[in-house]
Amino acid sequence: MSRPRDPNGGDRTGQREGVPAGAATSAVPAGPGLLLPRTALLSARGWTAVAAALLVMVLGVPVAHLVVPEGHALHLSAHHVGLFGKILCYAICALAMDLIWGYAGILSLGHGLFFALGGYAMGMYLMREIGSDGQYRMPMPDFMVFLNWKEFPWHWAFSDSFAFQMAMVVVVPGLLAFVFGFFAFRSRIKGVYFSIITQALTFAAMLLFFRNETGFGGNNGFTDFKRILGVPLNTPQMRVFLCVLSGVVLVGFFLIGRALVHSRFGRVLQAVRDAESRVMFSGYDPVAYKLAIWTISAVMCGVAGALYVPQVGIINPSEMSPAASIEIAIWAAVGGRGTLVGPIVGAFFVNGAKSWFTAAAPEVWLFFLGALFIAVTLFLPRGLVGLWELAMARVTGRGAAEPPPAPVAPAQPSASGASSTASAAPSATAAPGAAAPREAKGQVA
Amino acid sequence: MTPDLMREGAARRAAYEARRASMPPRAARGGFGRPLQHLEPVFTQGVALYVEDVTVSFDGFKALNALSLTVNAGELRCIIGPNGAGKTTMMDCITGKTRPDSGKLTFGSNIDLLRLNEPEIATAGIGRKFQKPTVYERLTVLDNLAMSLAGPRSVRASLFGHQNGAESARLDELLTLIELKPAAFREAGTLSHGQKQWLEIGMLLAQDPKLLLLDEPVAGMTDEETERTAELFLSLEGRHSLVVVEHDMKFVGTLAGQHRKVTVLHEGSVLAEGRLADVQADERVVEVYLGR
Repeated sequence: MSRPRDPNGGDRTGQREGVPAGAATSAVPAGPGLLLPRTALLSARGWTAVAAALLVMVLGVPVAHLVVPEGHALHLSAHHVGLFGKILCYAICALAMDLIWGYAGILSLGHGLFFALGGYAMGMYLMREIGSDGQYRMPMPDFMVFLNWKEFPWHWAFSDSFAFQMAMVVVVPGLLAFVFGFFAFRSRIKGVYFSIITQALTFAAMLLFFRNETGFGGNNGFTDFKRILGVPLNTPQMRVFLCVLSGVVLVGFFLIGRALVHSRFGRVLQAVRDAESRVMFSGYDPVAYKLAIWTISAVMCGVAGALYVPQVGIINPSEMSPAASIEIAIWAAVGGRGTLVGPIVGAFFVNGAKSWFTAAAPEVWLFFLGALFIAVTLFLPRGLVGLWELAMARVTGRGAAEPPPAPVAPAQPSASGASSTASAAPSATAAPGAAAPREAKGQVA
Repeated sequence: MTPDLMREGAARRAAYEARRASMPPRAARGGFGRPLQHLEPVFTQGVALYVEDVTVSFDGFKALNALSLTVNAGELRCIIGPNGAGKTTMMDCITGKTRPDSGKLTFGSNIDLLRLNEPEIATAGIGRKFQKPTVYERLTVLDNLAMSLAGPRSVRASLFGHQNGAESARLDELLTLIELKPAAFREAGTLSHGQKQWLEIGMLLAQDPKLLLLDEPVAGMTDEETERTAELFLSLEGRHSLVVVEHDMKFVGTLAGQHRKVTVLHEGSVLAEGRLADVQADERVVEVYLGR
C-alpha cells in the first residue's frame, strides 16, 4: 500500500501493525473502492474458531461420554454432559440478552419469562408424552389428576402435537414480546423504566403460573418426563444428543446474531443506543428497529428454554423469578457487552463458577457473585472480553487500549510516522490505538 | 456507467412505468403535473417553511409566543436572539420533537408538520443539526455517513440492502467535503469537537434535506473552521433552504452579508427582521442585547 514506511528497517514492524484491517486502511486515504461495505461475516480466524467449537461439540462430547470408558481421564460423566448442555442453553440466553442490551442499549430484566415460556411450551408436549406412565397411571398428566380435572383445559388442545408445540416455543415468546414491545417502545419507555416494567412483567407471570387454575402445574410445574417423540429421555444417547443440539443451536444463533449486527440493521441499533434522537431526525423509526431486535431476542430465549427443559427434567415458575432474569443480565455484563463472544464466555464463567462453588463452598457463592458483579461494573466495563483484549494489547506491545488514546500518540511517531506529513500524522497515530482493539474484537466475535 | 448504475436506472424506469400504468387515466394523460409522492413537499409558491402563530408554553412560561415567520425556498436565513428567546424550541417544533399548543407549521405549501412524527418529518426533507454535536460515537465516521444517506429506512431494507456504487461515490464526495477522509475508519467518538460538528453537518447533507436547521453549528470551532463552515453554507444556498441559529455575530455577519435577511427572536416572537445592518441599528434590538 501507499503507506509511508520507515526507511531504517521499520518496514517489518509496520507490516505487523498493519495486520488488523482497520489500522492499515485508516492510514491510507480511502478511494471510492475502499468505501465499499465490509464483506466477510467472520474473519478466517473467526470461522476457524466456529468450526472448532462445532467439532468439539459434535464429535468431542459424544466420544468423551459414550466411547471413552468410565474412569478414564477423558471420560465426560453424565453429570457433566448435563451441566454442559444446561450452560449452553444459558449461553443462548446471554447472547439474546446481549443483542438487546449490548447493541441496542435496552436492558431487559424479564428475559427469564421468555425462557420459561419456551420451556413450558416444550414441557406441555413432554407431559403429554408421559401418557399413562405417570404416578396415577392415568392418561392425564399427574397434576390434573390430582386436581380432579376430567378434561384438558383449552390451551392444552393441541399439546400432543410435537410440531404444534415447537411452533408455540417460537410463537408464544415472540408474540408476547412483540405486543409488549410495541406498546412500550411506542410510548417511548426507556432506560431504567423499561427495565422495571420488564421485571414487573416476569413477576406477574410468575404469580400467574404459581396458581393451579392456570393449568400449568402450579408451583411444581412440570416434571417426571419420560420420552420425546417416543424416544426415552433418560439414556446416554439422548443426553448427548440434546447437549449437542443445544451447542449447534448456540452456534447457529451466534452466526445469526453476527449477521444481524454486521448489517446496516446492526449499525442502526448501535446508533439508537448512542444517540436515539439523531436516529429519529435521520428518518429512521427507532420503534421498528427496537421491536425487531426485541422480538428476535425473545424468540432466542424461548428456544433456549425449550432445549433446557428436557435436559434438566423440570420446569416451574421459579424460572420466571426476577432473580433468574437478573442473572441473565449478569452473564452478559461479566462476559462483555457489545461483543457476541462476551456473553457466551460470561455464561460459561459464571455458571462454571456457580457449579464449582455450590459443591465446594456453597455459603460463599452468593458473595462471590456479588463481588464479581461489582468488580466487573467498576473495573471492567467491557467485561472479560475487554480484559482479554487489554491483556493482548499489553502483550503485543500496542500500548494501552481504547479508553485513554493519549498515551499512544507520543510513542507512535518515532515508530512509524517519521516520514508522514503533518496532516497525515494524527490519523496514523490515533488509528492503531483506537481502531485496532475493536478490529481485533471483530475478528474474535 | 457502471453496471449497477445501469441496473438502477432500469429499475427506476420500470417503477415509473408501473406507476404510470396504475394511475387513473386522467392523471396519466395530463401533460404537466404528476402525482405527488408521499411526504413530498411542493415549493412552487417559493416558500419552504411557514411558521404561523405558534405558541408553546412550559408550565406557564411561554417559550414561543405566537411566533410567525416564513423561510423562502433556497434562502439562507440567520436567526439570532438572546438566550431563552425560543430559538431551539422553534427547531424542536419544526422537527416534531415538541408539539405546539397552538399554531400551524407547514413545510412547502402542502405538508402539515403537526401531523407527522420525527422520522416522517426527516423523510419529508427537514434535516436538523443539534446544538451539541450528536454523532454515533461507537461507529466509524464512514458508517455515520453511510447510515444517514438518503434511501429506504425500513428494517427490511437495513437487513438485506447493499450499498451501491452511486452511494459509495457519494460517501467519498462527502468525506472530501467535510475533510474527514483520512479519519474515515476512525470511531466518531475519537474526533475533536470541531470535527464532530463537521461530521454532523456531513450526515445532514447525506440525507439530502430540502431544509436544513442548524443550531449553533460553529460552537467550539476554531476561527479557520468557522470560516470554512460559512463558505460551505453559502455554497448550499439555493439548492437547499437553510435556517442557521447562531450567537457568533462575526459568523452571522459573514453569512448574512449585505442583502440576506436576519430574524431576531425575543421572548418567543419575532422582534425584528431585515438586513443585518438595519437590524443592528434597530433600537429595540440594541436594548434587548445590551440593556437589561
